[in-house]
Amino acid sequence: MRLTRNTCLSIAAILLFGIALWQCESFLGDYQIYIAKLIFINIILALSLNLIYGFTGLFSLGHAGFIAVGAYISALCILPPAQKEMMWILEPIIWPVSDLFTPFWVSVLAGGVFAGVFAFFIAVPVLKLGDDYLGMATLAFAEIIRVLIVNATPVTNGSLGIKGIPNHATLIVCYAWAIFTLIFLARLVYSNFGNVLRCIRDNEIAASVMGINVFHYKVLSFCIGAFFAGIGGGLLGSHLSTIDPKMFNFLLTFNVLMFVVAGGLGSLTGSILGATVITILLEWLRAIEEPMNLGFVELPGIPGMRMVVFSVVLLAIILKRREGIMGTREITWNRIFAFFKRGRA
Amino acid sequence: MSFEMFLQHCFNALTLGSLYALIAIGYTMVYGILRLINFAHGDILMVGAYFIFFGTFAFGWPWGVAAIISIAAAGVLGVLIDRVAYRPLRDAPRISALISAIAMSFFIESVAVVVFTGQPRPVLQPEWLTNAWQIGNLRITHLAAFVPGMTIVLVCILLYIVYKTRPGLAMRAISKDIETTRLLGVRVDNIIALTFGLGSALAAAAGIMWALRYPQVHPYMGVMPGLKAFIAAVFGGIGSIEGAVLGGLALGFVEIMAVAFMPELSGYRDAFAFLLLVLVLLVKPTGLLGERMEEKI
Repeated sequence: MRLTRNTCLSIAAILLFGIALWQCESFLGDYQIYIAKLIFINIILALSLNLIYGFTGLFSLGHAGFIAVGAYISALCILPPAQKEMMWILEPIIWPVSDLFTPFWVSVLAGGVFAGVFAFFIAVPVLKLGDDYLGMATLAFAEIIRVLIVNATPVTNGSLGIKGIPNHATLIVCYAWAIFTLIFLARLVYSNFGNVLRCIRDNEIAASVMGINVFHYKVLSFCIGAFFAGIGGGLLGSHLSTIDPKMFNFLLTFNVLMFVVAGGLGSLTGSILGATVITILLEWLRAIEEPMNLGFVELPGIPGMRMVVFSVVLLAIILKRREGIMGTREITWNRIFAFFKRGRA
Repeated sequence: MSFEMFLQHCFNALTLGSLYALIAIGYTMVYGILRLINFAHGDILMVGAYFIFFGTFAFGWPWGVAAIISIAAAGVLGVLIDRVAYRPLRDAPRISALISAIAMSFFIESVAVVVFTGQPRPVLQPEWLTNAWQIGNLRITHLAAFVPGMTIVLVCILLYIVYKTRPGLAMRAISKDIETTRLLGVRVDNIIALTFGLGSALAAAAGIMWALRYPQVHPYMGVMPGLKAFIAAVFGGIGSIEGAVLGGLALGFVEIMAVAFMPELSGYRDAFAFLLLVLVLLVKPTGLLGERMEEKI
C-alpha cells in the first residue's frame, strides 16, 4: 500500500474520529452512547449486505439468519460457564458449549467464521438460482436457522433466549470493528476482485464468457458478506445483552436491506450514510409514540406509529429516488477537494 | 395410528390445504403477469379477517353480508396497493418492485398495529360452523367441510373468469407477452388492476376462513400463511392457477401429516414448508405444473 495523500488523510481521519469518540465516551449520556454503538453495528451489517447485494447483485433475504448465527456463537463464547449452567433451565447445556470461555474479540471472530461457514453450505445449493427465487430461498434458510435455534435447546436455550450477555462491546470496540469492516471491504471492492463482482452483477453471461468462474466468485462474495454479518451479530448480541430467536426474524433483514437501499446499492459510503440516517431516524421517531404537549393541545401518544412513518419513508425512497442517497458513487477525498475548489471558484 | 385418526388428519390437512390454495392463487396470478412476488398479499388476508371481525362484532352485520363487504373491500385494497406501490415501478428493475412490495407489507402491518392495536382478538365462531358430525370416533366440524367446499366454489368462479371471459383472455395474454398485448389494444393497467383485485378478494376469503378456523385475529396473522402460500405457489408451478391449488393442498398435507406421523418433530413444523421450498427450487424450479420460463438476456 503506497502512502499517497489520500491514504494519509484517511488514516488521519480514522484516528482523529477514534480519539474524538474516546474523549466523548466520558461525557456522553448512556442513551447517546447506546445509539452511537447501534449505528456502528448497523454500519457493519449494511456494508456486509451491500457486498452481497449491491456489488455482486445476489438478492439475499437471509441476512437475519447469519446475524443470528454470529450473535449466538459469540454469546456462547463470552458467557461465563457458571452463568450458563444456571440459565439453561429447560434442558441442561451440553458439554463443549458449557465450558467455552474466550476473550471478546475471539468470540466475535468465531461468530463471523461460523456465519461464513453456514453461508457456504447454503450458497452452494442456492446460488444457482437467480433474482427473486434466490431471495425466497435465502429467506427460507434464514427461517430454517431460526427454527433450528428454537429447537436446539441444549445449545441455544430455545425460545427463552440468552440473557445477561457481558457487555464487552464498548463504543471504541464497535468503532474499531466498523472501521475494520470498512477497510477490508473497500480494499476488496476496489480491487480486481471487486471489478469481477461488479461485472457479474451487471452482466452475468458476459462475465462467464470472459472466462470468469461466476459461481466461485458468487460463493466467495456471499461467504465474506455473511462473515461480516456474523461479526455484526456478535457485537449486536453483546450490545443488547439479550438475544432470543424472535429477534432475528424477517424484520431484521428488512431493516438492513433498507439501510443499503437508502444509502445506495453499490456504494460503501452510501451504506454508512444510510445506516446512520435510518438508525437515527428510527430512534428519533420514538418521540411520536409518546404523548406530546404542544402548549394548547395535548396529543396522545400512538403506539406503533413509528413503523408506519418508517415504512412510508422507505416506500417514498424506493418510488421517488430508487438509487438511494449516493447511487453507486462514493464519497472520496478527491470528490471532497473538488467540491471545495468549485465552491471557491 | 388408527384409521379414524388418519381420516381426522386428512380432514385437517384438506382444510389447511384449501386455505393455502386460495392464498397461493393470488401470488401465482400476480407473478404470472408481473413476475413480482407480492409480499403484501399475506397482509390483505389479515385485513380481510379484521373487516369480518369488525363487521360482525362491532356493527352486528349478519355473517354473509359482512363476508361480502370484507371481500369487496379487500379487492379494492389490492387495486390500491398496485396503483400506489407497483404501477410506478413497472419499468424499473424487478428487484425494486420487490423491495417496494416488502415496504408495502410492513406499511400495512404497522398501520394495522396502530388502528387495531397489537392485541390478538378472539373471533366468535357462529354456531352453524362449530357443530360437528360424529361418525364413530371421527368428528368432522361443519367448518372442515365448509372451507374446502367454499374453496371449490371460489376456484371454479375464478377459472370461469380466467378461461371464459374477455378480461380473462387479456390476463392470459399479458402473462404470455405484455408488450404485444398492449399493442393489440388491451388496457394492460386495467387488467393488472383486475388481477390484483381478484387475487386480493380470494386472499380475503381465505382470511375470513382462517379467522374462523383459528378463532382469533392479530396484525401479523398474514405473514406466515402468506409466506407458506407463496411456497405452495412455487411448488405447484408459479404462474399456473391449477398448480397453485395443487401446491396449496400438497403443502397442507405435508405439514399436517409430517407432524401427525412424527410428533417429536412438531417443533420444526414451520421449517417443513421452507425446506420444501428449498428442495423444489433445487430439483425442479418450475414446480409441478409450471412452464419453463425463458431467461431474458
